[in-house]
Amino acid sequence: MVYEVRIFLKDGLLDPQATTIENALKRLQFSELNSVRLGRTFLLTVEPYTPLERIQEMCKQLLANPVMERYEIREVPS
Amino acid sequence: MVKRVGVVVFPGTNCEQETIRAFSVPGQYEVTEVWYDNPLPSGLDLVILPGGWSYGDTLRAGTIARFSKVMTGIVEHAKAGGFVLGICNGFQILTESGLLPGALARNEHLRFRCEVVHCRVEQCNSPFVQSIKSGSVYPLPIAHGEGRYVADEKTLERLEANGQIALRYSSPRGITTNKSNPNGSLRNIAGIVNRDGNVMGLMPHPERRANAITGGDEGLALLHAWSK
Repeated sequence: MVYEVRIFLKDGLLDPQATTIENALKRLQFSELNSVRLGRTFLLTVEPYTPLERIQEMCKQLLANPVMERYEIREVPS
Repeated sequence: MVKRVGVVVFPGTNCEQETIRAFSVPGQYEVTEVWYDNPLPSGLDLVILPGGWSYGDTLRAGTIARFSKVMTGIVEHAKAGGFVLGICNGFQILTESGLLPGALARNEHLRFRCEVVHCRVEQCNSPFVQSIKSGSVYPLPIAHGEGRYVADEKTLERLEANGQIALRYSSPRGITTNKSNPNGSLRNIAGIVNRDGNVMGLMPHPERRANAITGGDEGLALLHAWSK
């Protein structure tokens, strides 16, 4: 089975890369754009029936830095 | 008494030689290189995590290095009150491993900054800076892309209240402004210590300011202050 983990800088923390992209899109006349958040994605292939909690542990111990990042986990069709 | 200093080398560390040289003072320091994949030698007074790109900054700067074999001994050394100093990438390793609060994020302007900046020594409860008059300003080189110190408001207030802020980016006259802040660090923070004052991390490189023929030796005073 495959879990998708997405990691973002916490809301409220200045994300200068996202701001740069946001400004570029606005310059391209996408005036409907409100905001951009930029993150990174991990696809974790694990043994069948691996519980979500194991993936949360991976996020806490290594994949995310809880001081400045938040994470989202979802199972994806493999 | 001769103080024993260990300089840790991880794969990708590149500031160990100038760090070792800064402590090559016969009769005062005995300095040894410590390999990341070995246990920490016993009897060290100060352990230094020098600058560089440990593990190529994979995932985040300092993240992978904190799981090296040597780190177990470094955490124990710190918990027992031993001195630990992290410079640049070493600072990032110390925050990632939880020995220092906060984190180091991508520079606000997204550029890698390599230049000499000025840092003001703060009123800080730590042997790392206590013997230096607070308010003193040091010209120090920086070289980093991920040096923006971040922490939540509560942590920042706690750092201020406990006297855990060691260095702030300032003007040459010691005034902290946005202009003197090279990376967008919150409250111009350039270096902090832990609650007990025996672990310090800083983004500037005092070891690169340790010889008059390469621009100045002001960094030596900062590196040696803990043992004065």
